[in-house]
This record gives sequence, C-alpha cells and structure tokens, in this order.
Amino acid sequence: MSNEATLHSQQEVMHGAHDHHDHEHHHEDSFISKYVFSMDHKMIAKQFLITGIVWAIIGAFFSVLFRLQLGFPDATFPWLESILGHWAKGGRITPEAYYALVTMHGTILVFFVLTAGLSGTFSNLLIPLQVGARDMASPFMNCLSYWFFFLASLVMMASLFVQTGPASGGWTMYPPLSALGDASIGSKIGVDLWLTSMALFVVSQLLGGLNYISTLLNMRTKGMSMTKMPLTIWSFFFTAVLGVLSFPVLLSGFILLLMDRHAGTSFYLSDIFIAGKALANEGGSAILYQHLFWFLGHPEVYIIILPAMGMVSEVLAVSSRKPIFGYLAMIGSLFAICILAFLVWAHHMFVTGLNPFLGAFFVLLTLLIAVPSAIKVFNWLTTIWKGNIRFTPAALFSIGFVSTFISGGLTGIWLGNSSIDIHLHDTYFVIAHFHIVMGVSAFFGMFAGIYHWFPKMYGRFMNNTIGYIHFWVTLIGAYLIFWPMHYEGMAGMPRRYFDYSSWTSFNQFGGLNAFISIVVILVFATQLLFVFNFFYSIFKGRKLTEQNPWNATTLEWTTPIHAGHGNWPGEIPEVHRWAYDYSKDGRDFIPQTEPIGPNESAH
Amino acid sequence: MHTMSIQRKKIHPHKYSLWIAMGSITMMFIGFTSAYVVKRSQANWLAFELPHIFWLSTAVILLSSVTIHLALKNFKERNMQRYKQLITITAVLGVVFAACQWIGFSQLKSSGLPLNGPVSASFIYVIVGVHMLHVLGGVVALLVMFGRAYRTRVRTYSAVPIEVAATYWHFVDVLWIYLLIFLSIAR
Ligand code: HEM
Ligand SMILES: [Cu+2]
Repeated sequence: MSNEATLHSQQEVMHGAHDHHDHEHHHEDSFISKYVFSMDHKMIAKQFLITGIVWAIIGAFFSVLFRLQLGFPDATFPWLESILGHWAKGGRITPEAYYALVTMHGTILVFFVLTAGLSGTFSNLLIPLQVGARDMASPFMNCLSYWFFFLASLVMMASLFVQTGPASGGWTMYPPLSALGDASIGSKIGVDLWLTSMALFVVSQLLGGLNYISTLLNMRTKGMSMTKMPLTIWSFFFTAVLGVLSFPVLLSGFILLLMDRHAGTSFYLSDIFIAGKALANEGGSAILYQHLFWFLGHPEVYIIILPAMGMVSEVLAVSSRKPIFGYLAMIGSLFAICILAFLVWAHHMFVTGLNPFLGAFFVLLTLLIAVPSAIKVFNWLTTIWKGNIRFTPAALFSIGFVSTFISGGLTGIWLGNSSIDIHLHDTYFVIAHFHIVMGVSAFFGMFAGIYHWFPKMYGRFMNNTIGYIHFWVTLIGAYLIFWPMHYEGMAGMPRRYFDYSSWTSFNQFGGLNAFISIVVILVFATQLLFVFNFFYSIFKGRKLTEQNPWNATTLEWTTPIHAGHGNWPGEIPEVHRWAYDYSKDGRDFIPQTEPIGPNESAH
Repeated sequence: MHTMSIQRKKIHPHKYSLWIAMGSITMMFIGFTSAYVVKRSQANWLAFELPHIFWLSTAVILLSSVTIHLALKNFKERNMQRYKQLITITAVLGVVFAACQWIGFSQLKSSGLPLNGPVSASFIYVIVGVHMLHVLGGVVALLVMFGRAYRTRVRTYSAVPIEVAATYWHFVDVLWIYLLIFLSIAR
C-alpha cells in the first residue's frame, strides 16, 4: 500500500475518534445515531443481545407448546386455541402446527439465538475492548451486519403469520419436502420466507465475521501479540473463520433449493410422486443437499460452542484466581477442532446410503474430535482445581458448562460410531446428545458471559440471588429434561413424531414424557425470571463503583465505567503480559498493562 | 487538550476485509463446483459442449483486468482524465461480459438445454449466473468510483478504494478462468 494511503486512513480514524471525543463534551448524539443506527461496537453488541433474548423467549415458548402435545397427547388446552387459532382447534395442536413449531424452534435457537445472539453479542463487545482497539475495522459494516440480522428476523417473524404457516420441514430444511410446495402445507410460502430470511442471515454473519477477523488480526494495541490475547478472542477468531468459510457453502445449497422450487430445476429432485402423480423432475439427488447443508451444519455447531468455550475459559480463570491451565494447548485444541469441524460432516449421513468405506473415514475423523475436546475439559478442570473459587453466578454457569459439555460430548462418541448410529440415528438419543452438548452448554456459556460482562455493558450488576436460583433450576432442570431422552432413544423412539400413541411399545414412556414436559414449563418460567433480572438490572441494578469489579487482568476493565465511543479517553493502553497473571508472586492479579518487573519472569 | 491516540493497524482494514470476503466467495463456488462433482458421478449425467461465446467473454474479462490495472496506475500518477476513461472502459467491458454470458444462456436454451432441463445444464446457468452477479457487483462499485472522481467539492487522494476495486476485479476474473477450466474439463 502506498504511503499516502496509509497516512490518509490514519487521519481518517484519528479525525473520527476526535470528533466523538468533542461530542461527549459539547452535545449529545442524536437518539437515532446513538441507539438505532449506532456504529459503536458496544451498542451493536447490546442490539444483538436484546434481539437474541427476544428470539430466545419466542423459540423457548414454542418448545413449551410442542412439549404440551408430547407430554399430554390426549389433553385439551382451550387457551391454546385462543392464541393459535385454527392451528389448535379444540385446544389440541394440529400436526401441521406441531411441525411448524418444531422447525421454528430449531431454526430460531440454532441460528438467531445461539449464533447471532451469542457471537454477535460477545464478539462485538469484547474484540475491540480486549485487543485494545477503538472500534471494529469497519464500524459501518458492523452496523450493517446487525441490520441484516434484523431484516432476517423480520422476514422470519412474518413467516409465522402467513396463512399457510411457516416452514415445517425441520430446521435442516431437507428436500424434497422443502423443495415442493405441494408436498405439505408447511412447504409453501413459509419455506420461501425461511430461505430469504436465512440468506439475509448469512449476509449478516459474513459482514460480522469479516469485521471480527480483520479487527483482531490487524488492530491490536501495542504489545498485544497473538499469544497475549485472552482465550475469548482466540475463540471468537476461530468462530469467525468457521463462519466465513462455511456459511457461503450453505448459501450455495439454498440457491440450488430456491431454483428447484421456482425455476423447475432438478438439483435435488428425482422420481417423485405427489398424490399419485409423477413429477417431471429427474436426475436430482436429495442427498446432495445434505452434503451441502452439513458441510455448514457441522461447523455451525462449533460456531455455537466455541464462543461459549472462550468465555468459560476466561470466567473460570478469573473466578478461581488462577492462570488458565495450558493456554497454548487451549489454542491448539481450538485450532484442531476448527480443522476437524470441516472434515466430519458426513457423520450426520451415516444412514443415507453413504458408502461404508467412506463412512469409516468419517467415523475416524469424528472420534478424533474427542481428543481436543478432552484436552479442553482437562484444562478447565485443572484450572479450577485447588483454586480459590469465587462462586459468582458467572462462575457457576461456567462450571455447569463443563459438566454438560462432558455429558453431551460422551454421547457424541456413541453416535460417531456408524454401526451404533444405525440404531440411534433420528431417535431421541440424538435429541438428548445435541441439546446437552450444544443447546444447554452454549446457553450456559452465554449466561456466564452475560453475568460476567453485564457490569461492563450497563455499568450495573445483575441481582445475584435471582442468578443463583436461575442457575440451579436450569442445571437440574436441563438434566431432568434431557437425561431421560437417552433411554427413550435407546429404546428406539424416533424424533419428529407428533403422536406416539399408536406405538404400544412406547406407551411405557407416557409418564416420563409428561414429567419432562412439566420440567420444561418450570425451566421456561425460570428463564423468564432471568429476563426480568436482566431488564430490571439495566435500570435498577446495583451501581458499579469501580472500574474493575472482578479484579480481572484484561483490557476491557481499564476503560471508564461508562466508556464512550472510542473506548479509552486518552491513549490506548499498551500491553506487557499475557491475560492470566493471577496469584503470581504473591499478588492476586496483575493487569495486562503492567510492565514485567525487573525480577519477574514473563509467563 | 488530549486527543485520542491513533488507532494502530497494519494493513488498511478495507483491504483486509476484501481478502477475507474473497475467501468467502471462493468457498461459495467451491460449494457449487463440489456439488457439481458429486452430481456428475451419479447416473444420468448429460455431457455437452459449453457455448462458444464463453471464450469471447473470457477475452473480454481478461482485457478488463488490464484496463483496471492501468486505471490504478494512472490514479497513482494523478492522471485523472485517463483514470476516468479507464474505469469507464472497465465498467463497459464488465457489462459486455455479462451480456456475453447472457447470450451464452440463450444459445444453451435454443440448443435444447433450458434451465429446467438436464441437471448438468442447470448447473451451468446457476454457476455462471451467480458469477455474473459478482461481476455486475463490481460494475456498480466502479460506477460509485466514477461518481467520486467527478465530485469537485471533495477531492480524494486515497488510492485505497480503487485498489480494493482492482483487487476484486482481478479476483472475479481469476474466478471465471477457474470456472471455465473446471466446466470444460469436468463435463
Ligand atoms: C465428541 C464430540 C462429538 C461427537 C463425536 C459427535 C457426534 C455426533 C453424531 C455422529 C451426530 C449424528 C447423530 C445422528 O443424527 O444420528 C451428532 C449430532 C449432532 N451433534 Fe454431535 N458430536 C460431538 C459433539 C458435538 C458438539 C460439541 C455439538 C455442538 C456444540 C454437537 C452438536 C450436534 C447436533 C446439533 C447434532 C444433531 C443435528 C440434527 O440432526 O438435528 N455435537 N453428533
Ligand atoms: Cu456434526
């Protein structure tokens, strides 16, 4: 790059920052530029978080509704008809409504909550703050990223209200069901809206990911070498890389699906009869879609879990007042997971007629993932081992994360064996596996992050007592809900069925299903308690009086309590040490900004 | 008064983002072409020859890479008149390229291979079509630059936007060469 250009760009940035500095003293930003089309990464993080919370309430509420059907298949709930109308005639959810609810539950939670709501929030909040940058590489693109997500949300929300209902073919949107409008009522305009919304979502993720990567590679403060970065940043980095490389492949799969729906092509369709009539489509392959989908789909589950892993590592170190154990091994295992994530997608397709020879490779690579996962678990446990743990809600949720990640990861090893998977595929065992290892764990990571960084976001604390209730009910509830599902799955109970009553062998689970549904309602209510705590504390929480409430070493706690746009009022601090100097040389913690002393050995 | 210090950065962030975006676009086409490979190995694959006009469009896009390169050079030497001419030519060549592809589509169609025909043909439409959209996106970017060059009130001396545009332009060019070779070999 020419010198001229470098100078210019620096002037631009300096000028921009300077401008804002003046603003703070003389006049307020307008409401629109501050709260709506904000370009401040901290505000955009809050936008992602609150949108994610709204979606989480909707998505979780859907699960309450379909659990009512699963737990009490014979009961009627007249109030259902008053909210769902003809989708719950006579107070019983119709099969069409059931499938719509399940599909939307999966889509909303996987993509809108645990992808956008999780990494959108924390990558935005923490990357500039923890690497020492004024803002993202391109604040404008960052703002666009949120608004594309918002648009995607609007379209998905609209699809809930169209006459034929939203997409209903499962969150994976497999053809031919999703490719043929005549195949079911849930395959009509709902699927078009779903695809549109997801395309917008992919754009949002790409804009965000580009920004995260270029910010953290390119705009770190003086002294912040890659190996001095906190593990949160490393995990956001790998998350963004996974997203940037796998979402486009999903997009190409969706484009082909759209063509099949509307241009009469046959990428995924062949030899299909609808209502006794043969369709003209020939030569396509539905399995092709599965390859494209799971090439994203598997990295996607790591896109969800890696940010949670990063935040848990950070919170565990802070709250046990010990350096993270095996910092480099943590980075190495993140890297290994990231590579392997691209090489295992066919473990979702063992029973599709996949060549068994190929299957053997995928079994091997899948089981290999257990190695880096185990390294991480070992390091978390050794980090808290003999630590002087401060049991804050964030710490509890992090420990809970480790617990659920272990129990869910172990069942992954069962599923990863193709011969066992023949029996377990598409049963409740899979539901149990991924809800514990992904759903619950990622939520725990997210809760840990929210409780821990809430003071940085809002300058107040959340209520601890409600936090403890929230933790214990959620942890116990999650195990009570998902643990029994393993047994149902081992007995062969398939997932995605509306009603099991014609299957006498599964009648034995009637009581269990009712029990699970009751726990679901309790856990859902507790999440509402959390939401209350969150919003109440924004306005009424105990005020933060010191910059660094957790005595943490990282840079975000060197900013003022209410940091303006640009984060640090004067110079950006320089970094001299890694992020995990806890209980070193008789000192409780040493901030990253403190130079290494003359007699001190660098980590 | 104290002002905020300068943000440290090594490469201009827009360039950095562009490189990552190009990686991302590449992945999308890897998605398409690997779908193509998977599909081709299955039964009922109909092989046919690509429309000849695709060779013409190749020449056009190669030429446009030369013109945008010259445009960048002239911008740096502050020959604004030449610069404006060259980006105009580049944008026109981009449109001609898209038109050639479009003619290619109609040739395919008239030889009995419509979009909703055999899968091998549908793939051509989709892959070539999506690539064409990326070229047209580049044309839009050039139009914006053109508008900027005519602004008299604000003068821009930064070469970053044109550098970014040129890199992107070479990228869609190389992408097309890859697709052409791929589609001609893996028939
Ligand atoms: C030791 C590590 C793991 C192994 C060996 C493993 C293996 C598997 C296998 C083989 C399946 C397919 C089961 C089937 O459909 O028959 C599966 C499903 C799934 N896994 Fe894992 N897994 C592991 C960890 C994880 C993690 C960490 C996550 C997420 C954070 C995750 C999320 C999922 C999801 C979402 C599904 C189901 C998707 C669906 O069919 O709807 N897994 N896992
Ligand atoms: Cu997987």
